[in-house]
Amino acid sequence: MNILVCLKQTFDTEERITIENGRISEEGVEFVINPYDEYAVEEAIRLKEKHGGEVTVLTIGPDRAEQALRTAMAMGADKGVIVDIEELDDAVDEHTIAKILHATIEEEDLEYDLILCGSMAVDDGSSQVGPRLAELLEIPHVSTIVKLEVDGDKVTVEKDVEGDLEIIETKLPLLVTAQQGLNDPRYPSLPGIMKAKKKPLTRLELDDLDLDEEDIKAKTEITEIFLPPKKEAGKVLQGDIPDQVKELVQLLHSEAKVI
Amino acid sequence: MGKHVLVLADVREGKLRNVSLEALAAARTVSAGGTVTAAVLGSGAKDLAGTLAEHGADKVVVVLNKELDQYTTDAYFQAYKKVIEEVKPDVIFTGHTAVGKDVSPRLAARLGLGLVSDCTQVELDGDKIVFTRPIYAGKAFVKKVFTEGTVFATLRPNNIPAGEPDASRQANVEEVTVTFAADSLRTLIKDMVKKSTDGVDLSEARVIVSGGRGVKSADGFKPLQELANLLGGAVGASRGACDSGYCDYALQIGQTGKVVTPDLYIACGISGAIQHLAGMSNSKVIVAINKDPEAPIFQVADYGIVGDLFEVVPLLTEELKKLLADQA
Repeated sequence: MNILVCLKQTFDTEERITIENGRISEEGVEFVINPYDEYAVEEAIRLKEKHGGEVTVLTIGPDRAEQALRTAMAMGADKGVIVDIEELDDAVDEHTIAKILHATIEEEDLEYDLILCGSMAVDDGSSQVGPRLAELLEIPHVSTIVKLEVDGDKVTVEKDVEGDLEIIETKLPLLVTAQQGLNDPRYPSLPGIMKAKKKPLTRLELDDLDLDEEDIKAKTEITEIFLPPKKEAGKVLQGDIPDQVKELVQLLHSEAKVI
Repeated sequence: MGKHVLVLADVREGKLRNVSLEALAAARTVSAGGTVTAAVLGSGAKDLAGTLAEHGADKVVVVLNKELDQYTTDAYFQAYKKVIEEVKPDVIFTGHTAVGKDVSPRLAARLGLGLVSDCTQVELDGDKIVFTRPIYAGKAFVKKVFTEGTVFATLRPNNIPAGEPDASRQANVEEVTVTFAADSLRTLIKDMVKKSTDGVDLSEARVIVSGGRGVKSADGFKPLQELANLLGGAVGASRGACDSGYCDYALQIGQTGKVVTPDLYIACGISGAIQHLAGMSNSKVIVAINKDPEAPIFQVADYGIVGDLFEVVPLLTEELKKLLADQA
């Protein structure tokens, strides 16, 4: 079975956000595989271990994003493809990304029975690219999955629907997006890390893809980036616990007016 | 010039979700005197037309196929696509819910549209619609506009106030018919397992009582659940509690997990790691209950009690019961 994983390198979730010259500063920031994409990578490797086949990891990003692919290859993915779109600067939205992924898959002849993506990225958090890509490829998708079983071309998935579970049957080819709870991603082993350095990595730039500039032009743009107002630390109540609780209830009722 | 705004209404268990009413309020604002059309799917759709009208719809489009009684991507995609092609709106709004998140990107891809997801604010600046949305789970925000094409956005529940219903408002109901080709519905729902607590969804809950490692066990969530039940709220959790196996990952609030903005967030035994704070610090009022006075959660809390949650939470439930009884 050929499995394709689309992943994004993101800030580590520990990072604080600072803004410099109207942009999010990357200075000193540690980057990781987007946690939801990491579930996708892990699931792909488990499927390969069970059914055989090949796992390809695909990303769009600057040079630093190669590290995310190497990590995925250290976990067990077989090969990587990175598309550098730095020439587009920030004139990129989810429409652009899905179009470029689609073009890359078609033109590089990346074969797939199954495509895995994260259900969202922890930076932009828009949950768009997976379903958009499935539509462009004209294959079905199931989002926010927490369990996946493949038997021949028959697929059974469990989908998280705001806390409830749907058990869904469908067929390959298919795109799924990984929700938290799907699996517990492995740490790359030392031999895995050594091997990953030698695994094949294809580097592409926009010019390598047959894309019409108009066709990938972003439909939306960011006009402002700002930090939320800093929350003032509030009142820590004093006294015996029962008195504190009484005071809290009064405050919630008459001051905060939420009860 | 007024705009024609289409609201794709979201139905859960036969009822309109509140976020659909919020979307109608946003639609009225940006339509600036134009028309607001609501679309609702499923065999019971006509019954919901009145509520949609009272909340701002001038016209209600229904698609009544029984295949639409339960959400599946392919059926909703085809129905919405047909509705959009017939209504020809300038603007499309829907909720950033399980349905909205799943179908909207597919529609946008097919129709060649941009999509701004998970908006917390919608404003008109002259003729332009300006969307505000969180990035990094609320550690920062961006304002976005469309540079071309139909405007399409999903709105985060609980952020844009729904207007008061106006009983005098009525809407024309129009039926759009869709025929599903036999092989066009490619996923089949075999079963549904209810796991959510008392039907109050975290993303729409007005009150959330949330537990961390300090809850110590699955049983430790019981007093939190009692408090949540009393207030008609939902129970949430920190990653620590989920990783420790005290509760399901579906309850997790944070940068991985859900981002929530309830009116009242009560954090019990949660220290307040930055990832958790990202997911809840935009709640309107935050109460922290923690044994450790140095816990970072106190830095974002409006009210804090330094103490054992197993002592504080049951007392809090009792006191609130008294207050609610006095009010009744």
